[in-house]
This record gives sequence, structure tokens and C-alpha cells, in this order.
Amino acid sequence: MNGWALRTEGLAKTFTLHLQGGARLPVLHGVDLSVAPGECVALAGPSGAGKSTLMRCLYGNYGAEGGRILLRHRGEAVDLTAADARLVREVRRETLGHVSQFLRVIPRVPSLDIVAEPLVARGMALDAARQKAKDLLSRLNMPPALHALPPATFSGGEQQRVNLARGFAPGYPVLLLDEPTASLDAANRDVAVALIREAKAAGAAVVGIFHDTDVRDRVADRLFTIEPRPEASRSAA
Amino acid sequence: MSDAPILEASGLDLRFGAVPALDGVALGVWPGEVVAILGESGSGKTSLLRVLSGALAADAGEVLYRNAAGALVPVHAAGEAALRRLARTEWGFVHQNPRDGLRLGVSAGGNVGERLMAVGARHYGGIRAAAAEWLRRVEIDPARMDDLPRDFSGGMQQRLQIARTLVTRPRLVFMDEPTGGLDVSVQARLLDLIRALVADLGLAVLLVTHDIAVARLLAHRLVVMRRGRVVEHGLTDRVLDDPQHEYTQLLVSSVLAA
Repeated sequence: MNGWALRTEGLAKTFTLHLQGGARLPVLHGVDLSVAPGECVALAGPSGAGKSTLMRCLYGNYGAEGGRILLRHRGEAVDLTAADARLVREVRRETLGHVSQFLRVIPRVPSLDIVAEPLVARGMALDAARQKAKDLLSRLNMPPALHALPPATFSGGEQQRVNLARGFAPGYPVLLLDEPTASLDAANRDVAVALIREAKAAGAAVVGIFHDTDVRDRVADRLFTIEPRPEASRSAA
Repeated sequence: MSDAPILEASGLDLRFGAVPALDGVALGVWPGEVVAILGESGSGKTSLLRVLSGALAADAGEVLYRNAAGALVPVHAAGEAALRRLARTEWGFVHQNPRDGLRLGVSAGGNVGERLMAVGARHYGGIRAAAAEWLRRVEIDPARMDDLPRDFSGGMQQRLQIARTLVTRPRLVFMDEPTGGLDVSVQARLLDLIRALVADLGLAVLLVTHDIAVARLLAHRLVVMRRGRVVEHGLTDRVLDDPQHEYTQLLVSSVLAA
């Protein structure tokens, strides 16, 4: 590894709203971010500056308008902005993890299997994956009775703990965290902080949005500030 | 990740009179991948599925299928007998209306078992056991094995069609609005079932749907069609969360949030 696990070069993102007469919303421009293995970078900047947009670009959820997003994947640099859909899926399976603000619930799938799924996708046997999922859910103070239930009826904090377990279980080399502790109580916030520190110690490059400054100070090595673009001030992104 | 597509189409044109149903369509499907063709009525998505599976001839273009032996089969030049053989062995079809995929006058077990017999299974006990196992997998009580599917609910019929289709372990499955005619609660169960089976069996699936929620749940990749053209394609969540084309933006913004 020479220096970085994730980096962007001149990353730009503009939304073109065809249904609003082709209005253009420039959000990101010339973003140069580099994150080393074992490092945690917290995105900073006022609301609307484009922190979430940057996170979504880094995951390939939003397409970039210009520039490159480079990831160290299978020992090689992969440009996410130029990768086809199948390569992005492979990168997400093996290299790039994402904990979103909210869990996307799939009807009928038990919490345990939601957490085990990315492990199985990486080739782990189902029993071992479920055991690992169970351990992680228990560590996040989820009572075993809830493991077998689909999280549709769970509270926000319970759903977020399932989401965290799913994101941290595989041990991705690059991890994106979008407000990972937003709906957690103090005890579970501490578990989340410990998980982030352990991921860093294992060599993961972490990029996060943390509105909770206490959590941020406990995990982040440095801040990366995104200056809002004047034209983008109307954007909710 | 396999580098050779299981199905590859290029330059597909098709006109119904003056109306283009397919206009320069190219598409590839790789093993283990679920690709959804998304579009409104009249967008050409069902025509595309029919052309890709050889049921309908295109005016121009080519469809190549890579069979289990690794050989490339030109779908429209293969001949009817070869296509029928593929349909029986390496391909599966799930129709919107289960009546198009089932024989309503044959027992539920028979519907599943006859697909096995068509690929050479002869041992009655073995066929019956396999049929019972597949009924269980699609959440139909095996005690109903000897009942006729015409007495089943729409959701059960659709699950039976899926058992009948998957029992022979096809490599490529074509699905046309598989949850189209069902109540929402029945849809959720069916979607979850399809999702789990497709992942377990590592199937390649070409799915036609007008329903964005179905596409999001099942598909790895989306192809958005309008007036016979592919207007946008890519990773499912990228296309739906950051749609680039005007038509895709309209489709996504028209969905009512629950």
C-alpha cells in the first residue's frame, strides 16, 4: 500500500433537473480527498455544502460529473467513476462498505440474515456468517429474541444497530459512515465508537459524517472541509 | 465474477407498422446477475424480452446465448427444436399470468414433476419427492400436492409457477411482471421468495417490470426503456437515486412514497 486506500481527484458533481426546465445544481467541484489505511477522515462543512453528496459519490450511488474516485481494490487502483455496474458490485462486495443513515428494510428478512448476507456474499458459510452476525448484534445490545425478526417494526435505534452490524461485519478495507450514531443511545454510541476504532486498527480507511462532535473527536484523525458553492445553497444535498 | 455474458444482444430493431418497438437495443446479462428492464406500457420492454428469448423475430440485430457447454448459440438462427430444448433445460420462464405458465388441469405436484420428466427424470418416487421439496421451498404445503392449481389463490399459483420453473435448475430465467396481478401483501412474499431463490441458485434473470420498487428489490442492474430505446442503464441504486435521463427522472419522481 503506498499511501492511500481511497482518493478523489478533481471530483465534481452537478445535478441537472430535467423536470425543472433543466436547472443545474452544482454541488461538488474540484474535491481532492485522500484517505490512508487506518485513517478516519470526518467530512465537515455547513448543511447543504455537499457532505452527503460526496459520500454517495464515493459509494457509486451518485454518478460523478467529473474527476476520478480511486479505490485500492484487489491490490489495484480502480476508478469508480469509470467502472461498469458489475465491477462496482464486486468492489462493494469486497472492498467498499457503507453504513447509511437509515436501514433499507427488506420485507420478511430476519435481522440476523440482513447482517449475515454480505458475509455470505463474500463466501463465508451460512452458519459461520450467522454466528458472526449474532455476536455483533449482541455486542450492540440487541436481545437474541429480536435477531429472528425482520426489523420493519423496530425502533429507529434498533434498526440503526442492525445497519451498523451489517456494515461492520465484513471488515471492509474502505468504510463510509453517514451519521452512524444518529439515533443511538449513549451505551450503543460507545459500541459504535469501539467498532470504528477496531476497523481503523485493522487497517480500514474510514470516511464519515458525524454531527455528534463528541463521537467525531473520538474517532476522526482529521477533518476534511467542504466549502459550499454559492449556487448550491438551495440544494438539500 | 465471470467475464463472459450468458446472453448478449446487439443492434436490435423491431417495428410494428410505423411504431418502433425496438430501436438499436443492445444488452448483456452475466451469470448470477438480475437485470431489470424498466419502462411504462408501450416502452418496448415486453417486446425486448420476447425477442431475447427467441419468441419474436427482430427486423435486425443479433441475440447470442452462451450455453452450459460454453458454446455460443445464435438464438434467432438456432431453429425451433433447439429453442424448445433450451426452454426445457437451460431456460425458465415466469409469466405475469400463472395460467400461461401452468397447466391448471394437472395437479400441483404434476406441474412441477413434468418439468423434471421433460429433462429425463423417470423414477416416480424421486420425482414426487423433488416436487414436494419444491412446493415447500415456495411455501406451499406439500399436502396440497395432488390438488389442482385452478383451486389455488393467485399468489399460490404464482409460487407454483416459480417452483415449476426452477425445479430443473435453469441457468437463465425470463420473468415478465411476475408480481403484476397480485395484491401488495402477496407481492411482498413473492418478491422475497424470488430474491432468496435467485441468490441461492446463482441464477441469471431478465426481469421486465414497470414497478420501481420491484426493480429496486430484485435487480442488480437496470435498463430503462422508452419508445423502444434504452435511455439509461446502470447499477440499480445509481439509476434510481441519481437518474440522468429526463424520462428516468420522471419515472422516479412519479412514485408515491409509502
